[in-house]
Amino acid sequence: MTPAPRTLFEKIWSRHVVTEGAGEVSLLYVDRLLMHDGAVHTFDRLRKAGRAIRRPGAIGATADHYVPTAGARVAIADAEVRGMVEAMGRHAAELGIPYFPPGDARQGIVHVMGPEQGFTLPGITLVCGDSHTATHGAFGCLAFGIGSSELEHVLATSCLWQQKPRAMRIHVAGAPPPGVSAKDVILAIIARISAAGGTGHVIEYAGPAIAAMSMEERMTVCNMSIEAGARAGMVAPDQRTYAFLEGRPFAPAGARWEEAVAFWQTLPTDDNAAFDAEVAFDASALAPTVTWGTSPQEALPITGRVPDPADSPDPARRAAVERMLAYMGLAANTPLTAIRIDRVFVGSCTNSRLEDLRSAAAVVRGRRVVVPAWAVPGSGLIKQAAEAEGLDRVFREAGFEWREPGCSMCIGMNGDIARPGERVASTSNRNFEGRQGKGVRTHLMSPAMAAAAAVTGRLTDVRALVREGA
Amino acid sequence: MDAFTTLTAVAVPFDFVNVDTDRIIPARFLHKPRGPEYASLLFHDVRFDEDGHERADFILNQPAFRSARILVANDNFGCGSSREHAVWSLAAYGIRAVIAPSFGDIFFNNCFKVGVLPVVVAPETGVALRRQLHAMPGATVTVDLETQFVTAPDGTVIPFAVDPFRRRGLLRGQDEIALTLEHAPAIAAFERRRLAEEPWLTR
Repeated sequence: MTPAPRTLFEKIWSRHVVTEGAGEVSLLYVDRLLMHDGAVHTFDRLRKAGRAIRRPGAIGATADHYVPTAGARVAIADAEVRGMVEAMGRHAAELGIPYFPPGDARQGIVHVMGPEQGFTLPGITLVCGDSHTATHGAFGCLAFGIGSSELEHVLATSCLWQQKPRAMRIHVAGAPPPGVSAKDVILAIIARISAAGGTGHVIEYAGPAIAAMSMEERMTVCNMSIEAGARAGMVAPDQRTYAFLEGRPFAPAGARWEEAVAFWQTLPTDDNAAFDAEVAFDASALAPTVTWGTSPQEALPITGRVPDPADSPDPARRAAVERMLAYMGLAANTPLTAIRIDRVFVGSCTNSRLEDLRSAAAVVRGRRVVVPAWAVPGSGLIKQAAEAEGLDRVFREAGFEWREPGCSMCIGMNGDIARPGERVASTSNRNFEGRQGKGVRTHLMSPAMAAAAAVTGRLTDVRALVREGA
Repeated sequence: MDAFTTLTAVAVPFDFVNVDTDRIIPARFLHKPRGPEYASLLFHDVRFDEDGHERADFILNQPAFRSARILVANDNFGCGSSREHAVWSLAAYGIRAVIAPSFGDIFFNNCFKVGVLPVVVAPETGVALRRQLHAMPGATVTVDLETQFVTAPDGTVIPFAVDPFRRRGLLRGQDEIALTLEHAPAIAAFERRRLAEEPWLTR
């Protein structure tokens, strides 16, 4: 009898179950753990409880959340916060954990650093105390964010008690038209399935549009799985995955590499494997997409208009739209391209990799920004690579600030924030109330669209801008 | 962790959908270690005005709901960031149970680690509960984890499901790490086998 066809998720899950608990919970083995400066109190809590870290060799660490990104690597002003970053360095040294502090070229956003170092590999379980851990699933692993108690648990036991998520496949057909990026694809997917559409699920992204994406684009897509409520996003590993990983510092080498690739090739979902939910999506009809509200699901093609609450038959939805319009300072039915912006942020674990910077630079080349605009590379290595091809010059000549790597204005906890009432065109992942600073209004979009907004001062269809300029 | 068995308390209706953990606690407060001061950070930017005064229109500031220990929320409560601080601030404030049609996954898991019970109810049940609480401000609700029933202000009894493993953990206020460490030999054996099968994972 041939074994039943299985999904990528099922294959990875079943290889990591140590034991079953009562009910639906399993003890899941965690292969790798990434840590950032925001998680440093966990070490103190473990120490206080008199517990040892079970497997330091499974851990990699950097500092990103609290690190300032201003030019000359200014010191962290708040002594308490500065102490957290310093403590991360001390703990890492004591435990022998690889740690990339500010100033080390390998430092960067934890979800950029992991893949860049080859720490992220197909077939593994990987966790981090950050919801955007879903990013790593682009490599065909099961990667998800956890809270600090779960982090403590993993450090002490190398395991987590987990309820098995259901499997959802989102099949993306068609090729995105010019001007439409991976960010537009995922924003449109979230708009379609909603911010809770993936709750309780792991999403596998599949189909020709995903297969044609670079690893960087796949990371952008998987990164925002959490914005659709899903615990994790995944893409089956393929030649692109292996080509990206080969030769990375923590990736297997030599005979081990061959052995690993042979195994990884068995991971993709089998034909006829059953998913708990399936969604079919066509990328060929997409336009550049932006959000207008305070949930990532509130995304529309740039050719659209701000919704009118009066159009919602459901009173709860009407109230929600009204509240969002009030927070965002928007009038119903305004064309999206009429919305003026005050600031632009290109960066974050969603869109701070080399291709993202290239795409934004291509739009601003030879143009001038009319609002304050920042480009924040995802890691020191990306910054170096961008500078080697002159992107820093393109950004600076256009009037962008070219900054040091970190989470920066995605997260509003490191001093990089906008002022109350300001409207930001942002390549990050969340447009929640207050996310980029108290009272700040965030519009999510791709790097090319953010760049277009920077040079016009309003939300702009990058396709029209590029046509004009050509 | 504090155990949770049964709780009868004032319940506050919270109508917003997709309440994210940034709204429950803004990022600028997250560097503080867990402690009682998290009570004053709960819903900070919607609960207090620029000068730090309570906003009268925020429901937790209204006299009838000030002593609420149960939150009856809407869809996708606790979505977004993995910050456990969101649950810490609820617990520090005194909220020990959150009833909603759906939750953000990570928030849901975090609740069980902190001793806050998340209860999933059908959407129409949630609507009915919130309607009653608006109609009778300050009314009490009972959440009983032993019997797995919620009792609404009007006496309606609503059964709810909870994973038996998590239920037991909450009822006992269990130290989960201690429980897992009882499996240490199994974990070690599993790990040896795993690293033999995928030797490239050894570093």
